Amino acid sequence: MPDARPRYPHRHLLGIEGLSPLDIEALLDAAEEAVEVSRRVEKKKSTLRGRTQINLFFEPSTRTQASFELAGKRLGADVMNMAVASSSVKKGETLVDTAATLNAMHPDIIVVRHHSAGAVHLLARKVDCAVVNAGDGAHEHPTQALLDALTIRCNKGRIQGLTVAICGDILHSRVARSNMILLAALGAKVRLVAPSTLLPVGIEALGFPCFSDLRRGIAGADIVMMLRLQRERMHGSFVPSVKEYFRYHGLDAEKLSHAAPDALVMHPGPMNRGVEIASDVADGAQSLIREQVEMGVAVRMAVLEALASHLPNG
Amino acid sequence: MTSLVLQDAHLVDPERLREGRGSVLVENGVIADVAWGAAPPAPEGARVIACEGRVLAPGLIDMRAFVGEPGAEHRETLATASEAAAAGGVTTVVTMPDTDPAVDEPAIVDYMLRRARDTAVVRVLPAAALTKGREGKEMTEFGLLGEAGAVAFTDGARCVTNARVMRRALLYARDVGALVMNHCEDPDLVGDGVMNEGELSARLGLLGIPKEAETIVLERDVRLARLAGSRLHAPMLSCPDSLEIARRAKDAGIGLSCGVSINSLTFNENDIGGYRTFFKLSPPLRGEDDRQALIEALVEGTIDVIVSDHDPQDVETKRLPFAEAANGALGLETLLAAGLRLVHADRISLPALVAAMTSRPAEILGLEQGRLSRGAPADLILFDPDEPWVLDKAELRSRSKNSPFDEARMEGRVHLTLVAGRVAYSA
Repeated sequence: MPDARPRYPHRHLLGIEGLSPLDIEALLDAAEEAVEVSRRVEKKKSTLRGRTQINLFFEPSTRTQASFELAGKRLGADVMNMAVASSSVKKGETLVDTAATLNAMHPDIIVVRHHSAGAVHLLARKVDCAVVNAGDGAHEHPTQALLDALTIRCNKGRIQGLTVAICGDILHSRVARSNMILLAALGAKVRLVAPSTLLPVGIEALGFPCFSDLRRGIAGADIVMMLRLQRERMHGSFVPSVKEYFRYHGLDAEKLSHAAPDALVMHPGPMNRGVEIASDVADGAQSLIREQVEMGVAVRMAVLEALASHLPNG
Repeated sequence: MTSLVLQDAHLVDPERLREGRGSVLVENGVIADVAWGAAPPAPEGARVIACEGRVLAPGLIDMRAFVGEPGAEHRETLATASEAAAAGGVTTVVTMPDTDPAVDEPAIVDYMLRRARDTAVVRVLPAAALTKGREGKEMTEFGLLGEAGAVAFTDGARCVTNARVMRRALLYARDVGALVMNHCEDPDLVGDGVMNEGELSARLGLLGIPKEAETIVLERDVRLARLAGSRLHAPMLSCPDSLEIARRAKDAGIGLSCGVSINSLTFNENDIGGYRTFFKLSPPLRGEDDRQALIEALVEGTIDVIVSDHDPQDVETKRLPFAEAANGALGLETLLAAGLRLVHADRISLPALVAAMTSRPAEILGLEQGRLSRGAPADLILFDPDEPWVLDKAELRSRSKNSPFDEARMEGRVHLTLVAGRVAYSA
């Protein structure tokens, strides 16, 4: 029987921007099935058997890299992790040279994280295989947005019409950028909440209401999505101190009471407890934070499978 | 006596904003006569070049070009830059002092001039550093550097941020008649910014550079120039707020002159598209409204000169993620053709465009060239303003290949470049 579901039509996954709502739904549907696979005792599939997946991380990451590794292995791929701290990039080799070197090894999929916006696009232009963006600078982190959407869909049954407040360091956040594009594409009402120093100038032009007051920003929201605040932001005159940030922009039980009574709390991790989120909220009944991690593996399996279907002999 | 007649050209006289049929007689490297209308008989024994209606204009004077010599010869030498200039119709290049070592001592000016004499096919006029080591702290020897041949004082791509240093430099420059050019871009306000601040930077996840990084420095410099009673040249304006400051200063009688980069007249931030580093520039490319305002300011005269902002960069500095790549684009070889786009789009007349690259910079720098007048040096270019061509970076004469016009369709091509009556380039 022919598969009636819409198929993900792109060779790479570089960002949420450029994907249609149908593309996104296709990935989410596939991910939902992968959740089932991950909950079985026998978690292995063979869709990627014989395929080589390279995880190329120019920035340290524990959870995203582990999640991609597990996803690849559950699909039967040979997974190689390349941590760049120990590689030749530190010796002055450019990103493009690294891409050419890896390309010569004929991988099927490269998963890339890089500290510069656009770096993954640059790399994708220089290799023949499929490329997954695992985070590029402050630009995009598409699989995070997909797993957040899947988490919301599983808990709320829909995304259309929900009010989602994305709160915190939006200026430096690729998670925020991918999420706002994806959630808006699927019909959510997205709000951005941050001190003005951590909101990109020009973001209003994208059409999202912006708030600098957390209580007002999350008032009546169905989903409160908190972002990580890098501690080095204290030195750049973005915010005066951790103490002040937590007081005005950290999510605690009192502030959360302004959201909808059945509001759910999310965080892409790793969390700074007592900076952007209070421990009791992070571990509380409204928190989806642990479920997000589970969805992460499923979403990455779905993405890898979708890209593999475009590979030669796929 | 060697004579050369350029016959039946379409002459462009930038000083008088006049154009029309005519001929030019060159004797001993100097324009001996300019005859409008039908060609007078050529003097006996003169070499005659039939121009067949092509445009004959003074050679261009580019007030802002970076050259890698000394210190970064792998990117560009005086020889390669001058060949690119000649092919693009630029006969005088003002070089920036951002070399290694910086051009902050008379001996280095002397070195530049000797190297140029021995290797360059066009005129090279070094601008010296405004402060020692381009560090923004202590002023250089304006008098001695000027005597050695420096035509202006600037820290090139760096902005002098200390207002006291700037004030004293402007005061002292007035005494010795030196021209000060300060790059208007506050590095603290630029911070980690890499492109124009706005919707596009928010979308691309790149940190933005506010226009205030430029306007605050320009406003400060204008006020300091007024305080010092000195001249000031703002090398490259990029936004309407700066134009407003410039208009006000000029109306108030402050000796301000202003430039604009050909890139700011030709491109806008959307050209960055998918993180194309050849469009990473300082000042950054701004929006289309800003570009339109710059064109209007050029036409009305608030902007005096157009510069190439020629800045050769190689693979090592450009084939990188956008935020990590160096600023800068090639410009000498494409300056005229890019400028002609404005003429073809009916935004500016041909003489007015040419004036912004010849007689206006000549006035500001106090040069004799850049004019189509009897007695002026015979730095002349002959070009077909309509000839179509496609830029192939393999054919560029620069040692670096970072042209934002790679594979672009151009209209207008130089056929002959004369420097002091001698052929510097011939197609």
